Amino acid sequence: MKTIFKSIFLFLITTTFIVSCAPSEKKGNSNKGAIAGNAAEKVYVAPGEHDSHYAFISGGFSGQLSVYGLPSGRLFRVIPVFSQDPEKGYGYSEETKPMLMTSHGFIPWGDSHHPDISQTNGSVDGRWVFINENNTPRIARISLETFETEEIIEIPNSAGNHSSSYVTENSEYVVAGTRFAIPYPQKDMPISEMKGNFKGALSFLKIDQETGHMNIDFQIMMPGFNYDKAHPGRNKSSDWFFFTTYNTEESHTLMEVNASQNDKDYIAAINWKKIAEYVANGGGKKVPANYAHNIWDDDKHMATTTMKKEVLIVEPKEVPGAIYFLPTAKSPHGCDVDPTGEYIIGSGKLAASMTIHSFSKMIKAIEDKAFDGDAYGIPIIKYEAVNYGAVAPGAGLGPLHTEFDSRGNAYTTFFISSEVVKWNIKDLKVVDRHPVYYSVGHLMIPGGNSRTPDDKYLVAMNKITKDRYLPTGPEVCQSAQLFDISGDKMELLLDFPTIGEPHYAAGIAAEKIASKSKKIFRLADNTHPYAVKSEAETRVVREGKNVHIYMSMIRSHFSPDNIEGVKVGDKVYFHVTNLEQDYDVPHGIAMIGANTSELLVMPGRTTTFTWEPKQVGVWPFYCTDFCSALHQEMQGYVRVSAKGSNVPISYTLDGDIPGKEDDL
Amino acid sequence: MKFKFLTLVTVIALFLSSCGGSKEKDNPSESEAPATEEIKKEPVKEIATSEKIDLMAPTLDNKGIGPIKSVTLDAIDEIMVAKGKEVYKANCTACHKLKKRYIGPALANITKRRSPEWIMNMILNADEMLKKDPVAKALIAEYNAPMAQQQISEEEARAILEYLRTKIN
Repeated sequence: MKTIFKSIFLFLITTTFIVSCAPSEKKGNSNKGAIAGNAAEKVYVAPGEHDSHYAFISGGFSGQLSVYGLPSGRLFRVIPVFSQDPEKGYGYSEETKPMLMTSHGFIPWGDSHHPDISQTNGSVDGRWVFINENNTPRIARISLETFETEEIIEIPNSAGNHSSSYVTENSEYVVAGTRFAIPYPQKDMPISEMKGNFKGALSFLKIDQETGHMNIDFQIMMPGFNYDKAHPGRNKSSDWFFFTTYNTEESHTLMEVNASQNDKDYIAAINWKKIAEYVANGGGKKVPANYAHNIWDDDKHMATTTMKKEVLIVEPKEVPGAIYFLPTAKSPHGCDVDPTGEYIIGSGKLAASMTIHSFSKMIKAIEDKAFDGDAYGIPIIKYEAVNYGAVAPGAGLGPLHTEFDSRGNAYTTFFISSEVVKWNIKDLKVVDRHPVYYSVGHLMIPGGNSRTPDDKYLVAMNKITKDRYLPTGPEVCQSAQLFDISGDKMELLLDFPTIGEPHYAAGIAAEKIASKSKKIFRLADNTHPYAVKSEAETRVVREGKNVHIYMSMIRSHFSPDNIEGVKVGDKVYFHVTNLEQDYDVPHGIAMIGANTSELLVMPGRTTTFTWEPKQVGVWPFYCTDFCSALHQEMQGYVRVSAKGSNVPISYTLDGDIPGKEDDL
Repeated sequence: MKFKFLTLVTVIALFLSSCGGSKEKDNPSESEAPATEEIKKEPVKEIATSEKIDLMAPTLDNKGIGPIKSVTLDAIDEIMVAKGKEVYKANCTACHKLKKRYIGPALANITKRRSPEWIMNMILNADEMLKKDPVAKALIAEYNAPMAQQQISEEEARAILEYLRTKIN
């Protein structure tokens, strides 16, 4: 009885506590963006539980691609793409170095921008994610089974690869457009003679549906404007691709003034299907070029670079009826197409409004030849003949990018006024607006640039955070903000920091990827020329100054682990195979004085680093990844003798030549 | 006594769920269950008893834990032996030698000590065996290193067993 009393008493106390700990709505602090009381619950993913969505967020100037979970905002992995990454040995190991080769040589870091997930029938399908390198123009393809970069192709005749890397509805093509007009072909000429002499190449990379391999099918050599953003048509407009342009003035200096003279620039509408047919029938002209094509092989566990020497060029005038310009208010940035494919939105970053064009009006205008002259031979469609409307003035300042839900709403970021504005695509009325912190660039709704948005969450990616997080000196994190958009009003749920500048992101339901995520590499499939399949195959071979160590690792020892006969002046190759075939059992290796890499080797994989010993002595190496209770014992020694010494090569494990003493 | 304990659990459970929000549908018992279970189990250290097992003594009645319930042994099948040798070489030799203690125990004569089912279950289901089977637990206590899971199929495990049947002296 007493106990019951006690428990009731305790219960009451606890209840009081519950009431008191409910968040009291902060009245004075508008920065909280009116977070509803249950926001924490909506983003809480209990320990051991999984998120419902993956978000692939661009790493911006880090050159990488980060993988987050939604709604928790937890960072799972940074996928190295365009930059070396010591954590994964990417760009340091001999096998991955070729991934960063270009016609300009080895480039250790790049500027990644716009991830886009492959599609089937207009829906994201989770096979691959593509991302562009803006600085030294390249497109990468990342496997969503291994979450590793499998292919990087350089884009010739391009500079500032910004209107990239967007995929068509069945991943037929991924597109890469040049932001900066440059001479074509490149040549030594006065900058002041730019006008009329520079070109803007729009590249269409065909994707092999089996392997995912990319190949530049054709480049359209457009007038020398800046091609800023792009979007493939959807649904009824899926044969078309749209590109925003700016600097139609063709200015080459003090661009912030001189490229902002025209009241209207263009959206270029390109019937890519028509041009693809033209090319398939032998159209276009092959011209000399020089660009790197780097492909990773999952069985060989290595990448190879091929320098390609030719590219197919299509001049717009060769394919009449395939390319048009749609006048669009003032230096448009974002170029977005709604899920039905009817509405094409150009966000005039210097205008107070967005221009919304109608695809069906465009088709009619083309039939009626409702043109207003041409630019370098490309017909300019009359503004009134193609325009559907503009989002009401006062909607916000500095519109940049738009994504969509499945209920007929568009969501546009406004950089200058730091907000996301939700508006109805049909009646162009603003439905809701929500402040973001601060200066938002892109936004992402999983599938929100496809035919079938999965519209529960919206992620706004902000350029500036100022006071949002604990300060970390002059350089503070950039950030994403998660909204719940399932209701009438957008609800801010969570802030989370991002890697580099989060230019754009692509999201997808977890179930489309998680189950096929690779767990190990099968040793039996490993065709690396320096792989070992068992300890009996481990050995050390001298070839002149080069010493090749065929080494294995398994919990928790290396084989061999005592090596002698290495000399100062040698170049020692550690080819290390992880013999484990169990999930999440990588091993690492670090060699004192090696300046190329400490490697982390996944089960079944072979990876190589080099070491050029400079000092005589006995030098240890060790496992860098806590692999088992005996991890600290996973170590070995290399004896380094003086140049010209006659110590022969020898290698042992537990006193024997590995695997040789056992009578199988 | 029991009452008090329950009360405490209830109070704690309430407390835990209180700040999480008002979502009562979410099954709160799911997160508690392991906690209480652990409290009950904690004091019983079974390893202490298993350490007494003589690792060289035969335990042929113990079939282990895993997919293999029963194996019928016929005369040695040489084709299977050859296949087993290859699988053994590729997957086992990094940690086992036949005649010498290495990372794990020497495997010559293993079929005299362990049942065929136990051997195959250890190959196929090491993680669970190491947690639950008294012999496997005694082995990890002795050798420290866990038996690695090498994604071996049942057929391959059977071939390894056949190969090991030939390694008797």
